[in-house]
Amino acid sequence: MESRDTDWDGVRLHVVTGKGGTGKTTVAAALALALAAGGRKVLLVEVEGRQGIAQIFDLPPLPYEERKIAVAPSGGDVYALSVDPEEAMLDYLEMFYGMRRAGRALTKMGVVDFATTVAPGFRDVLVTGKTTEAVRRRGKNGKRVYDAVVLDAPPTGRITRFLNVTQEVAGLARVGPIKNHSDLVSGVVKSPETAVHFVTLLEEMPVQETLDGIAELREAGLPAGGVFINMVRESQLPRTALDKAVKGGFDVTELALGLKAAGLADGADADAVAEALAGEVVEYAHRAVLEHEEREALSEAALPRYELPLLADGVDLAGLYELAESIRTQGAA
Amino acid sequence: MKDAKRSAARPVPLDIDAIIDDPGTRIIVCCGAGGVGKTTTAAALGLRAAERGRCAVVLTVDPARRLAQSMGLTELDNTPRLVSRHEGGGQLYAMMLDMKRTFDEIIEAHADPERARQILSNPFYQSLSSSFSGTQEYMAMEKLGQLRRSDEWDLIVVDTPPSRSALDFLDAPERLGRFLDGRFIRLLTAPAKAGGRSAFKLLNAGFGLVAGAMTKLLGAQVLKDLQTFVSALDAVFGGFRQRAELTYKLLQAPGTAFVVVAAPERDAMREASYFVERLAEERMPLAGLVVNRVHDAPANGLSAARSAAAAEDLESRGEHELTAAVLRLHTGRMQLVAREHREQEHFVSAHPTVPVVQVRAMSEDVHDLAGLRQIGELLASA
Ligand SMILES: Nc1ncnc2c1ncn2[C@@H]1O[C@H](COP(=O)(O)OP(=O)(O)OP(=O)(O)O)[C@@H](O)[C@H]1O
Ligand SMILES: Nc1ncnc2c1ncn2[C@@H]1O[C@H](COP(=O)(O)OP(=O)(O)OP(=O)(O)O)[C@@H](O)[C@H]1O
Ligand SMILES: [Mg+2]
Ligand SMILES: [Mg+2]
Repeated sequence: MESRDTDWDGVRLHVVTGKGGTGKTTVAAALALALAAGGRKVLLVEVEGRQGIAQIFDLPPLPYEERKIAVAPSGGDVYALSVDPEEAMLDYLEMFYGMRRAGRALTKMGVVDFATTVAPGFRDVLVTGKTTEAVRRRGKNGKRVYDAVVLDAPPTGRITRFLNVTQEVAGLARVGPIKNHSDLVSGVVKSPETAVHFVTLLEEMPVQETLDGIAELREAGLPAGGVFINMVRESQLPRTALDKAVKGGFDVTELALGLKAAGLADGADADAVAEALAGEVVEYAHRAVLEHEEREALSEAALPRYELPLLADGVDLAGLYELAESIRTQGAA
Repeated sequence: MKDAKRSAARPVPLDIDAIIDDPGTRIIVCCGAGGVGKTTTAAALGLRAAERGRCAVVLTVDPARRLAQSMGLTELDNTPRLVSRHEGGGQLYAMMLDMKRTFDEIIEAHADPERARQILSNPFYQSLSSSFSGTQEYMAMEKLGQLRRSDEWDLIVVDTPPSRSALDFLDAPERLGRFLDGRFIRLLTAPAKAGGRSAFKLLNAGFGLVAGAMTKLLGAQVLKDLQTFVSALDAVFGGFRQRAELTYKLLQAPGTAFVVVAAPERDAMREASYFVERLAEERMPLAGLVVNRVHDAPANGLSAARSAAAAEDLESRGEHELTAAVLRLHTGRMQLVAREHREQEHFVSAHPTVPVVQVRAMSEDVHDLAGLRQIGELLASA
């Protein structure tokens, strides 16, 4: 196992959140690959039963069981687990009380369903409990089984409640085993071994949600991690050209000359094409200005930032490794 | 033959103005996958309807902050506010849904004051009313029912809550119903109904085992809270279910029009497909599909392939860097346009009779009335 210097040395639980659809599952998967690179063992956990991990790795649905799903660059293993609250509850009853049978009866009567519906805090405690158990688990040699655990977490709007289990459960269970259990979970989640990362796009709503989410997290005493800016469009257009385009001074003549030189058009036709292309540049430049403002806004959170490119053909397995590589070169793993 | 095929893939245009001008249209529901533009579309339709003389109210769920401000929705007070008046008597009202308050009001309306107090202060109720997945959908429907019954507006435009799946909106009332009808709830409420503790034993010998396990797991207080909650809530169940059924019927009525919103991306278009099929199953009236944030390319005469080849040529010659960069940009844009086109074609070939309108992606977010007006014009331009 190589040693390396990353922004998150010492962190064992990476929680990945963000506004819906910004790329939480994608970033969590890429981060798991990046963390596993060079001979480590990483567990990627999914909690909403949507089989997003299976989909992204092109696998059949994952069972409630840790299994190896991918090999990281230069050795290293990524395991995956899809946590089902009902199964986690049975686990829990068995582990602490040896009550598997009673557990089955509870399930059959719809108690688990009921409890997790009426009090999502219960569900969260079960799910985070399973995750933190994997973080703490040690092998026979006394070493931790996983070098890191990556959690594909619920979206920003729910993340603080989700992680702040003690608080959520406190109103419902002031004493008793659930309370003790949630205290244990909380011990891990609030420790420096945990980092909560935010995935965002350079758009107004996701950025606002990210900033609100970070503030909320901090207020709850939970450890904010990094900001992953996803789907960043890259262009070779120099800053100066974009500035001119925004101010209406884009050099259409030069563009037309270039079109002629490339043999794409000539005469008046070249001017017309150049004019149309300039329209596209202006639009792009306007977007770039807004994106710049969103970047500035994000910088107020004073957290490490990473940028992941928009993959033109969507995210396939190769794309995932590309994102993992980018995460490593930026020092996030 | 080739032409016939091509025209088969061209969708029927969606005539938005015909829908909002029709006094028979009383409710427009905007639904779709998360983040596609439901709130924006709902607000734009409301504004356009008001400008065309309707007295419209927009029920929004989670407008972006600046959009909310521009409509004067600075606080969640759960009642419609006047946004603007227009020529010909048109008016636009808007409100933001307060989910918990709406829930509280239902309880207050259906339980006697003492029961209501018991429920409202129960920790399980507080948890349920602020975070049951589906509460937001259910409460949006409840509010819609209230607005409709008040008959103060002749058009209600409803935005649906952000959820991954558009279907959540239709499924929520049933989910709540199923939850309330669940075995365990029936078990907990049984003693109250039978008028005594003995019913516990009678009903289910297994309950002792379960109660024991639950006490062990949660502590005795929790179980007690739970029971109090459930038996208190029992009193309002009937009312709950009845209301949900009424609102569901409202959605099937001829005065309702569903506008499905999608972005030209695979997930969102697939979601739109499911939703359209579901509406047909439920016999709910579909107006059409809005494909929002569609890109075009002003220089679309220049293909992606030619543009890329020319960029490469210029780059290898080390000339006209600016042109090369612009051509790269254009290549990416043409690819995007092609991809968006393909995604829409899938939908159209699967649902050839569904009317469609496209709304161009603006270079800026939509956060004021001028922006909404512009979206409204695009919505009406199919
Ligand atoms: N860098 C990227 N380049 C291109 N496409 C991307 C990128 N990141 C994510 N995507 C695509 O965006 C879509 C949403 O990504 P993903 O499912 O990871 O988001 P999510 O936040 O987990 O969504 P949800 O809230 O539904 O769980 C997917 O289709 C994914 O392939
Ligand atoms: N045609 C458009 N061009 C540019 N931006 C748009 C367009 N339509 C919507 N937007 C912007 O996209 C963002 C998301 O839109 P909106 O809030 O309407 O989506 P939504 O479907 O209601 O999302 P949610 O599911 O989170 O409720 C907003 O910032 C909005 O300004
Ligand atoms: Mg996901
Ligand atoms: Mg919305």
